[in-house]
Amino acid sequence: MGLALSTNNLAASSADLADEGSRLAETIDLAVDGMHCGACMTTIEGALMACPGVVRARANLTARRVTAEFDPLVSSTQALVQAIGRVGYTAAEILDARTGVDAARADDLLRRLGVAGFAAANIMLLSVSVWAGASSDMEASAQSLFHWLSALIALPATAFAAEPFFRSAASALRVRRLNMDVPISLGITLATAMSLYQTSRGSEQVYFDAAIMLTFFLLVGRYLDEAVRVHARGAAENLLGLKALSAHVLNDDGTVRTVAARNLVPGMRVLVAAGEYIPVDGFISEGQSEVEESLITGETLPKLKTRGSQVYAGTISTTGPLTVEATAADDRTLVAEIGRLMQVAEQGRGRYVRLADRAASKYAPAVHLLGLTTFTGWMIAGAGWEQALTYAIAVLIITCPCALALAVPVVQVAAATRLFHKGLILKAADGLERLAEVDTVVLDKTGTLTLGEPRLVDGGRIDRAVLQRAAALAATSRHPYSRAIVRAATEQGILVEPASSVSEAPGAGLIVDSGHGIERLGSAAFTEVPIASSLDGAEIWYARDGHPPQAFRFVDALRTDAAQVVIELRAAGYRVELLSGDRTAVVASAAGAAGIDDFRGDIRPDGKLTRLAELKAQGRRVLMIGDGLNDAPALAAGHASLSPSTAADISQTAADGIFQGERLAPVLEALAVAAATRRMSLQNFAIALAYNVVSVPLAMAGHVTPLFAALAMSLSSIAVVANALRLQTKRLVLAHHRPDSIAAAKIGAPR
Amino acid sequence: MTALVWLIPVALALGFTGLLGFLWALKSGQFEDLEGAGWRAIQDDAPRPLSDRAPSSRSDQGKK
Repeated sequence: MGLALSTNNLAASSADLADEGSRLAETIDLAVDGMHCGACMTTIEGALMACPGVVRARANLTARRVTAEFDPLVSSTQALVQAIGRVGYTAAEILDARTGVDAARADDLLRRLGVAGFAAANIMLLSVSVWAGASSDMEASAQSLFHWLSALIALPATAFAAEPFFRSAASALRVRRLNMDVPISLGITLATAMSLYQTSRGSEQVYFDAAIMLTFFLLVGRYLDEAVRVHARGAAENLLGLKALSAHVLNDDGTVRTVAARNLVPGMRVLVAAGEYIPVDGFISEGQSEVEESLITGETLPKLKTRGSQVYAGTISTTGPLTVEATAADDRTLVAEIGRLMQVAEQGRGRYVRLADRAASKYAPAVHLLGLTTFTGWMIAGAGWEQALTYAIAVLIITCPCALALAVPVVQVAAATRLFHKGLILKAADGLERLAEVDTVVLDKTGTLTLGEPRLVDGGRIDRAVLQRAAALAATSRHPYSRAIVRAATEQGILVEPASSVSEAPGAGLIVDSGHGIERLGSAAFTEVPIASSLDGAEIWYARDGHPPQAFRFVDALRTDAAQVVIELRAAGYRVELLSGDRTAVVASAAGAAGIDDFRGDIRPDGKLTRLAELKAQGRRVLMIGDGLNDAPALAAGHASLSPSTAADISQTAADGIFQGERLAPVLEALAVAAATRRMSLQNFAIALAYNVVSVPLAMAGHVTPLFAALAMSLSSIAVVANALRLQTKRLVLAHHRPDSIAAAKIGAPR
Repeated sequence: MTALVWLIPVALALGFTGLLGFLWALKSGQFEDLEGAGWRAIQDDAPRPLSDRAPSSRSDQGKK
C-alpha cells in the first residue's frame, strides 16, 4: 500500500520504448510467495511462458523471485501476476528494488576474491617450493626466479583485489580519520613494495604470499558481510512487495480497471468493497462505512466515515462499499505529521559505531605505533634502514587483522541464517549489535502484543440459540465484530448459515425482519437497548422483539504466547513497557492479561517519541516493537526495533528486523541470538588478540620468517571461522541480563 | 631445471584457465540461484520450445 502517491508511470516509459520502432521487451522482477522446490519453479515458469507476449521467464529459488521479459504492448505486469495467481502462488512486483546495486557490489567483491584466490594459490605454490628448497639444495638463481614469478603474479593481483581497501582507506584519510583499512592498505602496500625490493637484491625476506593471502581473507570477510545484507534486503523487499495492493479504478465511462496502488495518481476514483484495504490516501466521494484504522492509530474500534471524510491508505473499510478520490500528500494529514516525526527521530538516533569499527579505532593506531616502534628500535640498535623496515613490515603483516576482519562478519552470517530459519528477517547490518545492548523492551499494543483483531469474550456463556441467530446476521457483514461472532460460533460447532435480506446501517448495526419478528445486531442505540454504552465501547447487542437483549463483548486478543514472552523477558532482567494510542482502559486490560505493569494509553505518535527520549535520558537502551504507522517514529528512534510482518510499510522500513507469524517468540530468539553474536564476536577478538600477543613480540624481535607469517595468519583465521560456525547449531536460552554487565560493556567499548 | 621452464608456465596457464572459468561463471550468473540450480538438475521434463508448450494445465499436478 503506497502511502505516498507515486507519479512515475510505467506505461509512459514503455510507450516511449515502443516509439523507437523496435519491439523492446520489458523486464520485471516479481516476488513469489510459496515457491519452495524445483516443481514450483517449473510450474511458475510454465505459467508465465504460456502468457502471450512473454519472451523469457526465469525463477530464482534462492531469492524467491521470478524474472520475466515481456512485450509491453501485448502483456502487462498485472497479467503476469494474475497468471501466477492462477497456478496457486501469490506474486507481486518488487517496489523500488535496491538489491540490484548491493548484489552488484557483492559480485564485484566475489570477482576480486576469485583473483586473490588464484594469485594466493599460485604464489603459495612457489613459496612452498622456496621454503622446501631452503633446507635442501635449491640454487640461489632458482630461488630468485621463483620470487620474480611471485612478483609477476602478486603485483597486478594485489592492485586489483585490494583496491576496495585502498579506496576506503583513502576516503577515511581524506576526512582525517583512521579506519581498519588504513593499516590494512599500508601493510599490503609496504609488504609488496618491500618484497619487490628484496627480490631485486636476491634476499629471502619476501612476503608476497603473506600480502596476497591477507587480501584474500579480508575479502572473504567483506564478501560475507555484503552477502548477508543482500539476502536480508531482498527478503524484506519481497515482503513489502507481496503486501502491496492493487486498486480498482473507476474510469470516466463507468468501467473499472485494475491498477497497482503505487501507480495511482491524485484525482483517480478508487472503488473499495466492504472488507477491503483502502489502497490510497483520499476523501470519500461516495458511500459511507466504518473504517478500521488500527494500523494508523492503534485504535481497534472502527470509526464511521461518511462522504467527504479523509481516509488513509492501509485502513480497512469494514461495512460499506466506498468510492475514494485519491489526493496528493497533504501537509496537514496524519501521514505528513508522521513523516516529520520520523525525520526528527532519525536525526536523534545518531550514528551507531559498529563493534568492529570500535575495535578498529583502538587497534589501528596501536598497529601503526608498534610498526613505528619496531622500525625506530632497530634503527637505534644500528640494524640499518633496510632491515629495520623489513622487521617493521613483518609486524604490520602479523598484526594485520585477518582474524579481526573475519571475526564479526562470519558470526553475523551464522546469526542471520539462524534467525532467518526462525522467521525473522534482520535488515540492518548493525541491528544485531544494537539488539545485544538493549535493556528495555517497549511494545505497542494493537497488532504487536495483540493480533490486531477483536475476539468475542465469554462466547461459551451465551445461549447457543441466540449465538446462532446473531451469527446468521453477522455472517452477512465484514465488520470485525461480525467476523468475531461468526468465528466464535464456528468454534463452538454451530453451523452458521447467513440470514437472507439483512440490511446493514454503517456505524449502527444489522437489521432483518424474518418470520420471527425484527432482529437487530448492533450498538445499544441501534438495538434500542436502554443502557448507556459501556466505557470502552467494545460491545454490541443482539435484540429481538419479545426477548431480553444479549450483549456481546469483544477484546483484541493477545498473541498466544504474549504473556509467556513477557515473563521470560522479565526473568531475563529486561524492563517491559506498553505504549499505545488506544484508550487507556483497553490498554490497561491488555497489559494486565500480558503481565505488564508499566503501560500508557491514549498516546499520540509524538508521545511515544517523548517517552522513548525519557527512557534514553535515564540511560536505558530501548528495543521498540511496533506495527502501526503511529509507531514508525518510535521505531526509528529506538536503540533497536522490530516489526511484525503485518506492519505498515513505513514501520517495516523503519524497523531493524521483521518477524513473521502469529507468535511473539521470535523476539526472544532475536535477543538471545544477538547476545550470543556479541559474545562470540568478543571471543573471536580474544582469539585474534591472543595470537597477536604471541606473534607480535616475535615479529618485533625480527624472528618472523615469511613461512611463519603465512602459517600464523591462516591458523588464526581458521580458528575464528570455526568458532563462529558453532552459532548455527548451538542451543540458546535468553541468559539473565545483568545491569552491571551492560555497564562493563560500556566501559569496555565507549562510543 | 630445464623442466621448470615449461612446467611453470603450464601450471600457471592451468591456474589462469581456472580463474577465467570462475570469472565467466560469475559474469553469466551461474551463482545467482544456487538453490534452484540443484533442483533444475533433477527436473524430469527438459525445457521445451515455446511453440508446443501447453497452456498451464499441467502445472497443478506438478506442484508439490
